[in-house]
Amino acid sequence: MNRPMGRRPARAGCWAAALALVGLSGCREAMYQQPRYDPLEASTFFDDGLSSRPMLPGVVPHEDPRGAPPSGADEDVFYTGWKSGRLAEEVPFPVDRDLLVRGKERFGIYCTPCHGLSGDGRGVIVRRGFPQPPPYYSPELRKQPIGHFFDVMTRGYGVMYSYASRIKPRDRWAIAAYIRVLQLSQHAEVTTLPEADRAKLPGEGSTGEAAGRKQP
Amino acid sequence: MPQIFHPSANTLSRLSILVALVAAAGSVTIFYLIMRSPYQTQVKVIPTQPIPFPHEHHVRGLGLDCRYCHTSVEESSFAGLPPTHTCMTCHSQIWTKAPMLEPVRQSLASKKPIHWQRVHNLPDFVYFNHSIHVQKGVGCASCHGPVQKMSLTWKDQPMNMEWCLTCHQKPEAHLREKRDVFNMEYSPSEEEQLSLGKDLVRRNNVPVDRMSNCSVCHR
Ligand code: HEC
Ligand code: HEC
Ligand code: HEC
Ligand code: HEC
Ligand code: HEC
Ligand code: HEC
Repeated sequence: MNRPMGRRPARAGCWAAALALVGLSGCREAMYQQPRYDPLEASTFFDDGLSSRPMLPGVVPHEDPRGAPPSGADEDVFYTGWKSGRLAEEVPFPVDRDLLVRGKERFGIYCTPCHGLSGDGRGVIVRRGFPQPPPYYSPELRKQPIGHFFDVMTRGYGVMYSYASRIKPRDRWAIAAYIRVLQLSQHAEVTTLPEADRAKLPGEGSTGEAAGRKQP
Repeated sequence: MPQIFHPSANTLSRLSILVALVAAAGSVTIFYLIMRSPYQTQVKVIPTQPIPFPHEHHVRGLGLDCRYCHTSVEESSFAGLPPTHTCMTCHSQIWTKAPMLEPVRQSLASKKPIHWQRVHNLPDFVYFNHSIHVQKGVGCASCHGPVQKMSLTWKDQPMNMEWCLTCHQKPEAHLREKRDVFNMEYSPSEEEQLSLGKDLVRRNNVPVDRMSNCSVCHR
């Protein structure tokens, strides 16, 4: 940055010290601003002012910046959600409890502002005037293969921007898996619930719709 | 031979010794006061930003998580500042006419990043890393203060060496469970904090005896 605001070099202190003990004016600022760049620091050397340089054409990264795929996962599916022109039907690596917990956390950070905690599409940003997204439990979205959710996050969809720069592929799969959980929770058949949970439902649940959806 | 100095010179010399002492003590005090003043530490000084970005509205008002914008804070030394794209995920649709947001739209159109002014900036001879603090349970609020109440961002703590060390010598006074790191309203009572903190120091293997070594921060 041109003018670091964070703190001042001990310039004023140096003057005070120098006045007190003439001769101790040797404080230097060179160590505060060393000739190297901090992240995002502006450059005076390059014309565009960026210190992080864009890749030249043909550069092959030593390590994929998006994070390596877990062993056994198909690379195309893992990074794009597509395989030979078809959306993936399954998460390309084993799904366990930890992945769903991670997905829930990431969903909370990046998606709830618009899609809401339950995925009903009524998050706080929507209440402030953002176009309303469809609820995840809509019939169309329940029919979509899981690769579709990954693809929406990766490339964006309509007015929804891409999240690829903020969420790594593994976390995007975790979120996609968690969306499946939400769809299930918003569309559970009453008969499949354990006895204890069924007892907690208000009234008769014979339509097969989850209680959560009926409450406003 | 007549005396060179008049007897009053005795008084004069004593007086000048006194004056010298007072001056020395005075300038040390002034030096100390300047070093701790907001002029030097920049605490509570608000830099002029290209856009008056309010954390208050986005964090408290809308309930956004810090990581929505400061994406890399959990796994990198650098917390990350949001690129124009992040602002536009929302502002492409809402507040699209606000003159206040004109620089954001221009930045998107011209592909020139927004030039935020740094609020914090450690000297280059200090090594700092966000990820370890987040992983070991130091909350954002312990170092950045009540960000959720800031209509414009200021620096809440002096961030000098003395300040870093008060925590590195006694981390139990600050550690939280990991799930509370991003919780800006978290405020346990003092006894709760100390007993939880001691427990976390043990559970997270925080090496209190080594955290004040010079090479931790100057490498
Ligand atoms: C800024 C608000 C916003 C955020 C944040 C957001 N979305 Fe969306 N999303 C939308 C809107 C609006 C639509 C409808 C887009 C359209 O039809 O033009 C949508 C649509 C979708 C769809 C449905 C696509 C279809 O086939 O109809 C999915 C799936 C989706 N979003 C997933 C996500 C996920 C996962 C996240 C978190 C990583 C997320 N969204 C974050 C606003 C948002
Ligand atoms: C909507 C995006 C957004 C969210 C959410 C957000 N910030 Fe920020 N933050 C910014 C922007 C933009 C800046 C740069 C402008 C400024 O300094 O005010 C910034 C600057 C900062 C800075 C000063 C950085 C520096 O040294 O220049 C700190 C500290 C900070 N944010 C902490 C937080 C914390 C803690 C949270 C969560 C409670 C948070 N932010 C949530 C966008 C965001
Ligand atoms: C998740 C959606 C979202 C993101 C991302 C976002 N904003 Fe906002 N912003 C809003 C909403 C909603 C408002 C209206 C505030 C309100 O109604 O309280 C707003 C209001 C504002 C305002 C006007 C504040 C005021 O005085 O009320 C500014 C300035 C602003 N945003 C700047 C930014 C900048 C800069 C960024 C990028 C770092 C950003 N916003 C990212 C949703 C967002
Ligand atoms: C141990 C104290 C500490 C904690 C905890 C902490 N920060 Fe920081 N933060 C700093 C310091 C020191 C800097 C200045 C770094 C520099 O100048 O290199 C900073 C800088 C920043 C910046 C500017 C970008 C950068 O990395 O230099 C942002 C944004 C930020 N912090 C956000 C956060 C968020 C969000 C959290 C909560 C997860 C957090 N910080 C937790 C001390 C802390
Ligand atoms: C509120 C408490 C707190 C404050 C304030 C704080 N730290 Fe830390 N810091 C910690 C904890 C806890 C650790 C984890 C130590 C560990 O487990 O190795 C840590 C670790 C570190 C490490 C990594 C040590 C390693 O072994 O890699 C560095 C570097 C560091 N701190 C620098 C700083 C600097 C510089 C400041 C002042 C700008 C600062 N810290 C302020 C609590 C704090
Ligand atoms: C927890 C992190 C930390 C540790 C441990 C630490 N320092 Fe520092 N040190 C800092 C920070 C931060 C600054 C910058 C202070 C400022 O900005 O005013 C600093 C500044 C300094 C300076 C320059 C003072 C100036 O204003 O020019 C010296 C000299 C120094 N440290 C020596 C040491 C020595 C010797 C040790 C070991 C006994 C040590 N430090 C341990 C964080 C640390």
